[in-house]
Amino acid sequence: MPMMMLRGNESTAYAAKLARVKVIPAYPITPSTLFPEKISELIANGEMEAEFLPVESEHSALSAAIGAAATGVRAMTATASQGLALMHEVLFIASGMRMPIVMAIGNRALSAPVNIWADQQDTIAERDSGWIQFYAETNQEALDLTLIAFKVAENDKVLLPAMMGMDAFVLTHTMEPVNVPEQQDVDEFLGEKKINYPVLDPEKPATFGAFVFPEHYMDIRYSQFIAMEHARSVIDDVFNEFEKKFGRRYSKVSGFMVDDAEIVFVTMGSMTGTARETVRKLREKGEKVGLVKITVYRPFPKEEIVSLTKNAKVVAVVDRNISPGFAGAIFTETVASYNNEKKRPKIIDFIMGLGGRDVKIENYEQVYNLAKAALRGKFKEINWIDVDEEAVKEVEGTL
Amino acid sequence: MNYEDMEFFAPGHRACAGCAAPIIVKWVLKISGPKTIVVNATGCLEVFSTPYPHTSWRLPWIHTAFENAAATASGIDAALKAIGKRDDVNIVVFGGDGGTSDIGFQSLSGMAERGHNILYIMYDNEAYMNTGIQRSSSTPFGAWTSTTQVGPSRPLGKEEFKKPIAEIMAAHKIPYVATANPAFLPDFKAKIQKALSIKGPKFIHTISSCTTGWRHDPSKTIEIMRLATETGIFPLWEIENGDFSKIKITYMPKQRKPVEEYLKPQGRFRHLFNEPEKIKEIQKMVDEWWAKFETKS
Repeated sequence: MPMMMLRGNESTAYAAKLARVKVIPAYPITPSTLFPEKISELIANGEMEAEFLPVESEHSALSAAIGAAATGVRAMTATASQGLALMHEVLFIASGMRMPIVMAIGNRALSAPVNIWADQQDTIAERDSGWIQFYAETNQEALDLTLIAFKVAENDKVLLPAMMGMDAFVLTHTMEPVNVPEQQDVDEFLGEKKINYPVLDPEKPATFGAFVFPEHYMDIRYSQFIAMEHARSVIDDVFNEFEKKFGRRYSKVSGFMVDDAEIVFVTMGSMTGTARETVRKLREKGEKVGLVKITVYRPFPKEEIVSLTKNAKVVAVVDRNISPGFAGAIFTETVASYNNEKKRPKIIDFIMGLGGRDVKIENYEQVYNLAKAALRGKFKEINWIDVDEEAVKEVEGTL
Repeated sequence: MNYEDMEFFAPGHRACAGCAAPIIVKWVLKISGPKTIVVNATGCLEVFSTPYPHTSWRLPWIHTAFENAAATASGIDAALKAIGKRDDVNIVVFGGDGGTSDIGFQSLSGMAERGHNILYIMYDNEAYMNTGIQRSSSTPFGAWTSTTQVGPSRPLGKEEFKKPIAEIMAAHKIPYVATANPAFLPDFKAKIQKALSIKGPKFIHTISSCTTGWRHDPSKTIEIMRLATETGIFPLWEIENGDFSKIKITYMPKQRKPVEEYLKPQGRFRHLFNEPEKIKEIQKMVDEWWAKFETKS
């Protein structure tokens, strides 16, 4: 298996090539633009056989992907931020029509104010769209999880679209060594796209996207819910198959030094690396701290999160997103995961790294110190890290 | 092959009596035959033909959303190409004037510019009929709709002119653009046939009376659509490769009837008869179009 120096967007483009994706409609947007560029290059060089559609908007990109998937071929696109927001309507149509499309996302802040840097608000805002959501920590993960996403999405028990998020610039534009699998291994892992469902075929006419009344709509929604529940075990199975084939282990949620930890960070995406480094440093000083990384956000791995954090005293959730009027999404769902647990740690939310604000070891140390204060009973539920609170409060007239 | 004895659009659908859309669809599919994939924009046609678990479509049919039928069709075109099955399948899109001239215009323009091998048919009932007769850019000057209400302060109804969508599509320089009218069936069929014989993007603008929105008796549908062409309000023409200098008018009325004959039987124009100078304005617009194009043809 050749090692290559790849940017995140190239990782996902190589994954598209290895998955033998047939149709790739895409519209450029920072920080995902390199994906369609790379696809165009791979096709021009004769390294990849696919139909690349340089469409006129993200809305059309996903619409064309649905048309292709409905015809029975593997389809993939990539976008970010405003582009994903423009697709909002079509996201629900893709999942409602059970189209196993895969989409790579360069996780970027939403306007306004316009900002092109790392932030997970774009995909978090689409958590209810019925798409499976993976998040990569590295460019290796970006490639692997894209392949995994196809295998999960196309599983007969699932048949749902999947998005794979990687943080803007930190991953999309940063070169990292990536182990690029051999074509034959990927062919064996993914297999030819099996079609056990109706497609747009004049030999066997079928109606897709009919008008559905209250007597049927809710049952169809329920079947989508069930498919997402099925995805839980299918994802585990596919992670196992992937490890057997390629030797790299993935989990929906993975723990680092959590066994005896009193304080556990929960992170998702590229900011996990800095958290891990902070844990190592604090451990050297004898601090009992650990880390839980979320790789799959939809379906939300509630049991796995509880099992990895239940022995902690404080769970410090780090959210690179915010729902104004409540809290960060991972915090909300971690708290909800404990709904029926008798014993529960204190769970605290830390909003960090929005719009590409640098996530540094000292930020995590601050999180750790606030979590430690909570051990003694003193804490705020939602904490914004590295913002000028006084200046903002003065402007908003609350100081 | 001739499929005129076959029905690919089943009866029993829920269109209003007198709706022209099913007539258009039925005849397009009789020409395109069984090897056709249909894409439908959101609108009356989609709603009345697919009340789950029933469907009128005896061909593969897909609807995704309102503004993206052309994009969805583009993906199908690409997929068929990718698996080497492109040559023997027709892709036909049906969109109303809302899904085509307005909300769907961007994806239509993109489809045309990218050169997809697709026949796009706009059935133009000249307002958003599915939501209850609201104006569109395709609503004609002077028409009442539920969002161009007529009253003492607004005696005219719609104050703006109809967007010339077929001319705009011809300006894309795609291989084939035509207007068609199911009341002139031989011409209508010939245009569908011709469009399907050409590779690349094709656009056909068909008039499609809506008895509910145009406010006429359901038995008058064909008669009124015929008058649209006989008065010259809806001329029948075709343009290849965007060459306006070679526009071909395919039905030349011996003497164009006055526009009043078309306007009079429709309730949506009733108020205009209190504003005779506005009717003159409509007549003038029609005469100007003919003066400009008649000699070229």
